[in-house]
Amino acid sequence: MKDIREDIAWAKINQDVLKSLENPRKLYWWILFGAIAMLGIAVGCEVYQYNVGMGVANMDNPHMWGLYIATFIFWIGMSHSGTLLSAILHLMHADWRKPIYRFAEAMTTFSLLTAGLFVAVHIGRVWQIYYALPYPNDRGLWPNFQSPLLWDAMAIFTYLSSSILFLYVGMIPDLAICRDRIHAGWRKKLYTLLALGWEGTDRQWRNFRVTYLTIACFLIPLAVSVHSIVASDFGMSQAPGWHVTSFPPYFVAGALYSGCAAIITLFIILRYVFRFEEYMTLPILKKIVRLTFAIAMVWTYLNAVEFASVWYSHDEASKDVLIQKASGTYAPFWWAMIFCGSVVPLVLAFKRFQTNIPVLFAVSLLLNLGMWLERWMIVAPTFSHGIYPWAWDHDQWPSFVQWGMVFGSFGWFTLLFMVFCKVFPSVSMYEVKEMVYHRSLHLKKGKADEQGAH
Amino acid sequence: MSKRHLLALFSNFDEAELVVQELRTTKIDGFNVNDDMVVKSAIEHPEVEEFLGEKPVYVQWFTLFGATMGGLLGFFLISGAQANFYAQLKGGKPIVPLPPNFVLTYEMFILGGVFITVLGFLICAGLPARRSPLYSANVSEDQIGILVKSDEIATDKLKEIFSKHQALEIQEEAGK
Repeated sequence: MKDIREDIAWAKINQDVLKSLENPRKLYWWILFGAIAMLGIAVGCEVYQYNVGMGVANMDNPHMWGLYIATFIFWIGMSHSGTLLSAILHLMHADWRKPIYRFAEAMTTFSLLTAGLFVAVHIGRVWQIYYALPYPNDRGLWPNFQSPLLWDAMAIFTYLSSSILFLYVGMIPDLAICRDRIHAGWRKKLYTLLALGWEGTDRQWRNFRVTYLTIACFLIPLAVSVHSIVASDFGMSQAPGWHVTSFPPYFVAGALYSGCAAIITLFIILRYVFRFEEYMTLPILKKIVRLTFAIAMVWTYLNAVEFASVWYSHDEASKDVLIQKASGTYAPFWWAMIFCGSVVPLVLAFKRFQTNIPVLFAVSLLLNLGMWLERWMIVAPTFSHGIYPWAWDHDQWPSFVQWGMVFGSFGWFTLLFMVFCKVFPSVSMYEVKEMVYHRSLHLKKGKADEQGAH
Repeated sequence: MSKRHLLALFSNFDEAELVVQELRTTKIDGFNVNDDMVVKSAIEHPEVEEFLGEKPVYVQWFTLFGATMGGLLGFFLISGAQANFYAQLKGGKPIVPLPPNFVLTYEMFILGGVFITVLGFLICAGLPARRSPLYSANVSEDQIGILVKSDEIATDKLKEIFSKHQALEIQEEAGK
């Protein structure tokens, strides 16, 4: 099966993608309305928490992170999909990424923006967020540069700004197409401004290619470092359940996993909403599904490594936390995590389900539920059963304020993402043309070789 | 002598390549093929480099500079801040601990590299740019454009070559 038809006219590619900016299906507006409603709930919760204090979030000692930091890790993880599709697969010359990498990159940017909100929200006194910036206080004291929390802030800032630049630079040729084809109005002014006068000259393309490749090379180690540093927030502490050597690769695998699952979800939604059936094809979906399955198995293996290294170590406190996870208050969620993260992806191994859209949609949602539970199961059980006896049996059930914020974060992400897809081309027009062009050249060459042989 | 611009549009690369080859081999007074010709296309064609000849790209030097400066800035910023503790007792611990500082140095290395690469791209690609004297929106769709700048005496010869190779359209405008 072909990833994409080689006889699609280039003008049609422009036309189809530009149509998505103006005329999506009705479902788009329903999604947008739903996202705004969800965001409204989160805003209400934040206003309530801001006025009353962190107590309404049911935060206490030792549970000072709760769902906020668990969800923060979830959104950071989600961001890795963009880097995987844009940078890693770009370096590997995987052509099939071309119609779908743009929305994955946008996902990266908006996931990071969503994750950043939770850092602000969890400190309670949001007006003092500037304390997180690395500058000396009035006694000349600087923040602790040896703290993984500071590394985290710096890594996320670097990742966010680099991702925005990567997304923008990769979009310049498409912005020029929009500038040339869209009728006068605010959109034309916006595209004219952002296209920077791009005309597709040989000089521009030459420099563009090197720049895109260079940023891709930077982004791959950066993405790995970001999630390794998030893992260091936990792994470098002495808390039982967190002080595990395999945490950085475990976090990176988890991040790629949740990112891939989210790509499947959004692929299915965008394909329908923007009528991208010709570009987001089933063979491409099949490739993402297979990739997701492979990463799911890596994640499962790393889970097993973590359990085994805790079980066979002589660290009784860590072992207790593991037993608590499997049999204590959080057991239903922990087992749900194992089920969603390791058992559900087995469906993806069956060929007949690899292109079955309803099944894949349900599976991708379950995978992401599993990955969100994974983050919660990293944070909460260790706080409930720390080293010191006073912290034991401090199970905490998050309040409706915390749940509201988590729920609303999905609304915030969806809102940003859907607005982006309506304002900017979510399928890379010039790269799809390249894909079509190379395929047709390849076919011509094949035919010529065949005729030569006869 | 005043310069004139000509833009010829072609439906495929093969024709555009033949035009460039002919422009290279034909001696035309008032037209310098190396300095006065620009090829415009909707996608990045590796073939363009083949028929235009390899031209240097300097973006990677910006990258090297940015990454190095970013790393150095990061390391010295952190170390400088930590050196404020020189007068305080550190209990035998180093004033400037290298392993943890490596993490932030690494992040700044990447940040500097990416920012300055983008700056280098803008400079080397000549962006932001004003519109060329002649431009066709068809270039961003599916056609290949060859923009040439020449003295008035060369325009007839150039037009003849474009027409010979089935140019879809030839635009002409007086330059400054």
